[in-house]
Amino acid sequence: MIDKRCSSAHEAVACVHDGATVMIGGFGSAGSPVELIHALIDHGARGLTVISNNAGCGRVGLAALIEAGRVERVVCSFPRSADSEVFASMYRAGRVALDLVPQGTLAERIRAGGAGVPAFYTPVSVGTPLGEGKERRSFAGRECVLEHALTADFALVRAERADRYGNLVYRKTARNFGPIMCMASRVAIVQARRVVEPGEIDPEVVVTPGVFVQRVVEVRDPADESALVREGRRYP
Amino acid sequence: MSAHTGWSREEMAALAALDILDGTCVNLGIGIPELVAQHVPPGRELVFHTENGLLGVGPPPTPGDEDADLINAGKKPVTALPGAAYFHHADSFAMIRGGHIGVCVLGAMQVSATGDLANWSTGEPDAIPAVGGAMDLVAGVGRVLVLMEHTTRRGEPKLVERCTLPLTGVGVVSRVYTNLAVVDVAARGLVVRRLAPGVDIEAVRACTGAPLIDGRDGREEGP
Repeated sequence: MIDKRCSSAHEAVACVHDGATVMIGGFGSAGSPVELIHALIDHGARGLTVISNNAGCGRVGLAALIEAGRVERVVCSFPRSADSEVFASMYRAGRVALDLVPQGTLAERIRAGGAGVPAFYTPVSVGTPLGEGKERRSFAGRECVLEHALTADFALVRAERADRYGNLVYRKTARNFGPIMCMASRVAIVQARRVVEPGEIDPEVVVTPGVFVQRVVEVRDPADESALVREGRRYP
Repeated sequence: MSAHTGWSREEMAALAALDILDGTCVNLGIGIPELVAQHVPPGRELVFHTENGLLGVGPPPTPGDEDADLINAGKKPVTALPGAAYFHHADSFAMIRGGHIGVCVLGAMQVSATGDLANWSTGEPDAIPAVGGAMDLVAGVGRVLVLMEHTTRRGEPKLVERCTLPLTGVGVVSRVYTNLAVVDVAARGLVVRRLAPGVDIEAVRACTGAPLIDGRDGREEGP
């Protein structure tokens, strides 16, 4: 029987090894898999490369993982916000490296990684500092740069509903990077507000087919990361 | 000339909204460009796109109705209008890069006479670099409108011969709306289309870092 369900967030992330590359879903707080990230902090894996759109807010979730010194490198598009002091101070202290990637290029590199496309050309970043040093080629008179696919050992993703096959639906703009990160990682670990019986998710509305998902854990009442940040909470 | 002479930010946003055709899908940048949504002329329907994954962005929710899963690219709570659609990031940027979004409205630090845009980095060595979707938007969207003050707070021109700040894109800006003027980026240079009330063109030239062609009605052909 196929059953990707785990009994706890801690069990779900127990496979994450030191030095792993981990994609973490979410755009700001929307879709941030807070419970999985906190379980990863408890688990203790270090030397991680994190691929995520942002670099955490406040002192919870991804910011807490970085503050705990577990992250060597962040690949992201926007590590700055009103409450991203943890990343800023760790970056300035030379304790975390940054690969800055335009947001759409980041998304497409992840999608390509999940789709078995090793690299692609895009006009984005030509003539800018982020396009420097990249292989170039012109198509129909338009200069493009070569961008390489991104893959990961693990992805941590938050969904709304899941079943034991790993079929997923998301909620509103919390979908953001979830579907493509599940595709691009060897082991996609998903926390869902409800884990339902196969058939309860209409096949017509499945957003991420279960083939892209390896582990599912129900987190019935996930924390709202933006509320934790507003309340000044920290983890652990 | 003071940066506060001429049009207010609301008026600049209303001018930009007037220039966006019925039925266009529009991406609004963070800050002043967000005001454009409040100034869509009656009888015109625009569909607002936010790159974190929503077409059909509605007005902000009433206090107490915020949903942490429903935000815009500026991470502020929004609503979704009837007919809205949610999608993942690769689809969202396929809309942008693939030319499916008709117009984007962005803020800027500098715009050059040839339409180069600098709006993502101050270039200061200790700044935390952050780019977001700006480079994707200007590379993919056909018509890039810029809303900005005509000069910096220190009175330096933001419309310049060549950008000195790190670029977001090369030759990408179509039109600039400042507090003083509406300026097109044309093949032959920067063409003034409109001046704010009480502002004369020589005063605008004095605080612009590149030559301005007077293209107000009747004076000059289109770009």
